[in-house]
Amino acid sequence: MSYNWTGRLRGTLAAVAATGLVLGLAACGGGGGASASQSATVTSPEGTDDGATLTLWTRAPLELQAKALVEAYNSSHENQVELTVVPNDDYVTKVGAAAGSGGLPDLFAADIVYTPNWTSQGLFKDITTNIDALPEADTINQGHLSAGTYEDAEYVLPFVLDLSVMMWNKDLYREAGLDPEKGPTTVEEFKEQALAVQGLNKADTYGTYFGGNCGGCNVFTWFPMVWASGEDVMNEDGTESLLNSDTAQQVYATWNELNTAGAIAPGAQDETGATWTAGFQNGQVGVMPYPATLLSTVSKTVDVGVAPIPGVDGGGSTFIGGDGIGISKDSTQSDQAWNFLSWLMSDEAQVDVLAANGTTPSRSDLADNQYSQADPRLATINEIASAADSKTPYAPNFQTAFNAAGSPWLTLIRDQVYGTPDAAKLETDNDAITAALAG
Amino acid sequence: MATSTPAPPEAQPGTASPTQRRRRNRDHLIGWAYAAPTAAFVAVFFVLPTLLVFRMSVSDWSLFAGDRGLNFPTNFTDALDDRLFWPAVRFTLTYTVVTTVILIALALGLAMLVQESSRWTSVLRTSFLLPSALGLASASLLFYALYSPQASPIPGLLRLLGFDVGTISFLGTPTSALISTVVLIVWRFAGFYMLLLLVGLQGIPGEVYEAARMDGARRWQIFWQITVPLLKSSLALCTILCVTGSLLAFDQFYILTKGGPDNSTVTLVQLVYNTAFGGQNDLGRAAALSIVVLAALLVINVVQFRGLRGKED
Repeated sequence: MSYNWTGRLRGTLAAVAATGLVLGLAACGGGGGASASQSATVTSPEGTDDGATLTLWTRAPLELQAKALVEAYNSSHENQVELTVVPNDDYVTKVGAAAGSGGLPDLFAADIVYTPNWTSQGLFKDITTNIDALPEADTINQGHLSAGTYEDAEYVLPFVLDLSVMMWNKDLYREAGLDPEKGPTTVEEFKEQALAVQGLNKADTYGTYFGGNCGGCNVFTWFPMVWASGEDVMNEDGTESLLNSDTAQQVYATWNELNTAGAIAPGAQDETGATWTAGFQNGQVGVMPYPATLLSTVSKTVDVGVAPIPGVDGGGSTFIGGDGIGISKDSTQSDQAWNFLSWLMSDEAQVDVLAANGTTPSRSDLADNQYSQADPRLATINEIASAADSKTPYAPNFQTAFNAAGSPWLTLIRDQVYGTPDAAKLETDNDAITAALAG
Repeated sequence: MATSTPAPPEAQPGTASPTQRRRRNRDHLIGWAYAAPTAAFVAVFFVLPTLLVFRMSVSDWSLFAGDRGLNFPTNFTDALDDRLFWPAVRFTLTYTVVTTVILIALALGLAMLVQESSRWTSVLRTSFLLPSALGLASASLLFYALYSPQASPIPGLLRLLGFDVGTISFLGTPTSALISTVVLIVWRFAGFYMLLLLVGLQGIPGEVYEAARMDGARRWQIFWQITVPLLKSSLALCTILCVTGSLLAFDQFYILTKGGPDNSTVTLVQLVYNTAFGGQNDLGRAAALSIVVLAALLVINVVQFRGLRGKED
């Protein structure tokens, strides 16, 4: 990596300021300013495998997949990747501080919804030529590629896909007289099935659950209900919120009714996301939208059914989340880093590592594989990833508008679910999201 | 008997010999050498960061893009215009007052409880102090589990005791979130402040109490007219620490509520954090907010110190 001495000094001082001053929080980066995008065009389509040591950062939720990928790569290549797993809440801070001081690793993953912002800040190298030269380029998940494209240049490839799907507890469905093999196909059915489980009046068992104080949880699980209904949540540029549509209002109304009926497990109102999946995993929740990557984990404790997240009148969709990965602006080993990325798109990495660990491949031509053939639920998940209404939302200010603590999206959700549905209030809240999206 | 001593020759200016001057210079150098490590430490870890934060506060400084030039006073006006700034000020002050009053009163009560040596004193002192050994983040996570509607043992215990509590939402409303956090902080810090006050209590001579009792003073009179006045320095120290700590509250709210519900528990420091790392990634505005908080803290601490000094005088 190239080091800019003054930039590093200023970055270090900024980091010291962050811990040293009375607040300890104000500064962590700063320095040389956003660098112009550099091309990482490599000498061969596979890059270079000459025994270099590469550094890679990822966030904790993807630790399982990241470790498996790195172990498989290291065991079959001369290059060696050193993986650093960073706690989720610290990731933006760490990347920001490193970006300001020229200290980014060779490769780093980014929550795909933050990617538009990070590519526009010049944190990644342009790998358009390399991606286009890949034989499997046309099959790579378009949502992730689009999120990683800035001003017609491509900067990231999918690292790990994380999809949202509807999951239900088959045992509770049987007890409630529901068909355990048939999940909800409309938002209304979702409500009815949740109410049926709630109707069991079983101790510590509830119809459904959601993260009532967690904006990220609900973009992940509610946006697909709008998409599956054939509508969108934002305009194409990600600068205007469309979350005041009739369809969106029906989604809010459904959750409002579930709340009024007492069918949402206690704690949803103050759920910040930390224990969002715990109730379902403990067998206490009937049906809820859930992360597909946790299928193998939840299957250890619950007999689980899986289906696409339905729209108001049917259809099926998912939020194609997870992380994209690119070569950092500070890397001086682009050829070697590309060797890892091109391997990441290979059959070996996608099937033998990711699919084998229950993760959806990033290539549509590998959706049907030996692992999905063995478990129809995995096949369902892989199919959803390629569905027309499945999307990765694009917005440069996504974090501020939706994921940040106290975001305007969170205000809207809480007003609609816990308050009295009010059209004027919805317009105000939607305008606040638009204002945040516009920066 | 002489009441004064003639000044040594070297103390008279202009009369020192070259040898004495060299010795004095050498002593000065040695003094500087002793002070240098501390001075360097202060310069590097306090003065420079402070200057840098001032510099950031007048700059358009992005987390990812770095310094993009001066923009004074935009960061300050934007910070004050933030929709959460004044609610955060109000909440932080409310939290500070509530926490300080409860914490100091409870700590004083505990200190008086364990002041006299008895059979159980050591056990009680240790029990009260034990939570202080736990990091605040760890304590917050522990209470997060205690407050979790799905995992909390508290409703079950209350039911066992015969109370029909229904569903308790410890963090679901603005009031319950504030109370729940104050309970955590009181649990975590009461023992620590008890220790400070206990040291102060034990510094009060027993004869004073004995004289008061012989004069017929009642317990309440002894408390208000002897204990409290003689404990003033310790109480002032506790108050300053408690007020400062509460105004800078962050960890407990970040872990327990993330500023919710409905942004009702956003503290000033959390606002700084959110501005810097919560999507806006605006280090310049976050630094401006930090300067505002720093200024407020300086004013409050100066007022507290002056009040203390005035009473001592």
